[in-house]
Amino acid sequence: MKCSDSGTTSSIAVKDWSGRRGRLGDKIFLYLTFIFALIIAVSLVALLIVLNISAWPAIQKFGVSFLTSLDWDPVKEVFGALPAIYGTLLSSIIALIIAVPISIGSAVFLSELAPAWIREPCSFLIEMLAAIPSVIIGLWGLFVLVPFIRSPIESWLGSHLGFLPLFQGPLFGLGFLAAGIILAVMVVPIITAVSRDVMRAVPVTQREAMYALGATRWETIYRTVLPYCRSGLLGAVILGLGRALGETMAVTMVIGNSYALTSSLFSPGVTIASKIASEFSEASGDIYIGSLVELALVLFGITLLVNIIARLMVWRMISVKATGE
Amino acid sequence: MSEAGRVRRKWTNRIMLILCGCAVGLCILILALIVGYTVAKGANYLNVDFLTHTSKPVGEIGGGMRDEIYGTFILVGLASVIALPIGLMAGIYLAEFGSPAVASVVRFIADVLAGVPSIVVGVFAYAILVRPMHTYSALSAGVALAIIMIPVVARTAEEAMRLVPNSMREAALALGINRWRAVLGVVVPGALTGIITGIVLAVARIAGETAPLIFTALGSAFGVQGLLQPIGALPLQIYRYALSPYPDWQQQAWAAAFLLMILVLGINIVVRSVSRRKSM
Repeated sequence: MKCSDSGTTSSIAVKDWSGRRGRLGDKIFLYLTFIFALIIAVSLVALLIVLNISAWPAIQKFGVSFLTSLDWDPVKEVFGALPAIYGTLLSSIIALIIAVPISIGSAVFLSELAPAWIREPCSFLIEMLAAIPSVIIGLWGLFVLVPFIRSPIESWLGSHLGFLPLFQGPLFGLGFLAAGIILAVMVVPIITAVSRDVMRAVPVTQREAMYALGATRWETIYRTVLPYCRSGLLGAVILGLGRALGETMAVTMVIGNSYALTSSLFSPGVTIASKIASEFSEASGDIYIGSLVELALVLFGITLLVNIIARLMVWRMISVKATGE
Repeated sequence: MSEAGRVRRKWTNRIMLILCGCAVGLCILILALIVGYTVAKGANYLNVDFLTHTSKPVGEIGGGMRDEIYGTFILVGLASVIALPIGLMAGIYLAEFGSPAVASVVRFIADVLAGVPSIVVGVFAYAILVRPMHTYSALSAGVALAIIMIPVVARTAEEAMRLVPNSMREAALALGINRWRAVLGVVVPGALTGIITGIVLAVARIAGETAPLIFTALGSAFGVQGLLQPIGALPLQIYRYALSPYPDWQQQAWAAAFLLMILVLGINIVVRSVSRRKSM
């Protein structure tokens, strides 16, 4: 709570400071810092404009059909994004289905249950998981996780749940399931960290009231803590989704790169990011490069939307925290 | 309440709390597996040759990654040179000078920029630098990494400066100095630990970035030739070698991963333990 205190005092300070009549040196410094802050805004706008210009040949040629077409044929120069969009969404959804229960459980443990001497090292280790470069996780996924997925996991799913179209087909190991699991490994630390902070923002009085009514610890968590910070938790999950959608290296290494629309989680697939990563440096011709850039533009649009929604939700929770005390 | 109901509540409580503990255990197990495999497979291949030799052509056993290690340091240095002034000045603006409305817009944009997938940033760097100059280059890769780094540095610097007590600003102003002197002489030094922590963590993050390098740095078989030529990097080489069909190259990918992991996790562990001790 120390943090929010100093936050409010310093925002008062900003007002006080800007009320002072500026001297010349101050004005110069103010504009100087403002110009550098502006660079951030300009680079985001430039990103949008430049991507649009580079993608223009493809946008002009294919129009809306780019989003609905299944083809990807560099020889005939016919390109469509649907399998990549589908693969991106599918692998991210698998990742969230796996990661959300684990993350919320971990966050509950770290925020509600563990004493400080366990909490600190556990939080630290989960932060370390987030710090491992994605290419190393991909390497591990390729040589350790994929064989493991092929023999016990996929063969078990295939023989027990094989009547579902999700779990049919030959067992490659490489594919949507592997991509989903590896993405889950990468988003768990983010969702855990944000949800833990959000849960800590729930006022203690809420918990004490539940205990006073004779509730068990789990009932207190499930009926009071989690509902109280629902929107913040949703924001945390969406933040994780934003990361999963744009994650490139680890996914590229385990998804198998096959441009097709299939219902089976066992089959190799493709995501927007993995398509760009695996083909961009070999692409030639305005239409081909333009199509890859348009893929990047689509990915940019999706993640932008997702991130804005997540930020708004987490921010709302934090403003609740500031006024709730 | 009935006896059965109480027993059920008690057991639900226990089981759910144990499951929450298991979730944390699973996270730590996965971390241990990743680190463990990388150490086990990479450590015994790592030797002096690996650090001091250049890569060998296909088919020849041995060789090292001297150029790629060097390249990684150059790229990280280049990105830092571009990103640090911009990030720090923007952070100062956000924390000290911005009017609340403008600052919150800039803050929002910085958060959005931080959320842009790194591969999209790579495509952007390709479009503005590689394509007009007709060559893959270290410069374009450095710019891509800098764009990833700027919002992180700006936001952490801002957070650190906000933690400096207001009384210190007032004391400085009461001595009659200008605001910009107060910021540079009092606020920034007061927040220095936090600022440096943010910078170092941002460096650790971009050192492991691979996606934006694939079509900007490209990789080089001829060592480091300057900023306007293709350049190799450690994470890029891990990616290339991991997907190669040669067992020796795959071995080298593990060794490089081990090296990169020591670098990135080492920086993280040192910085976090130092900043944690300070904050206690």
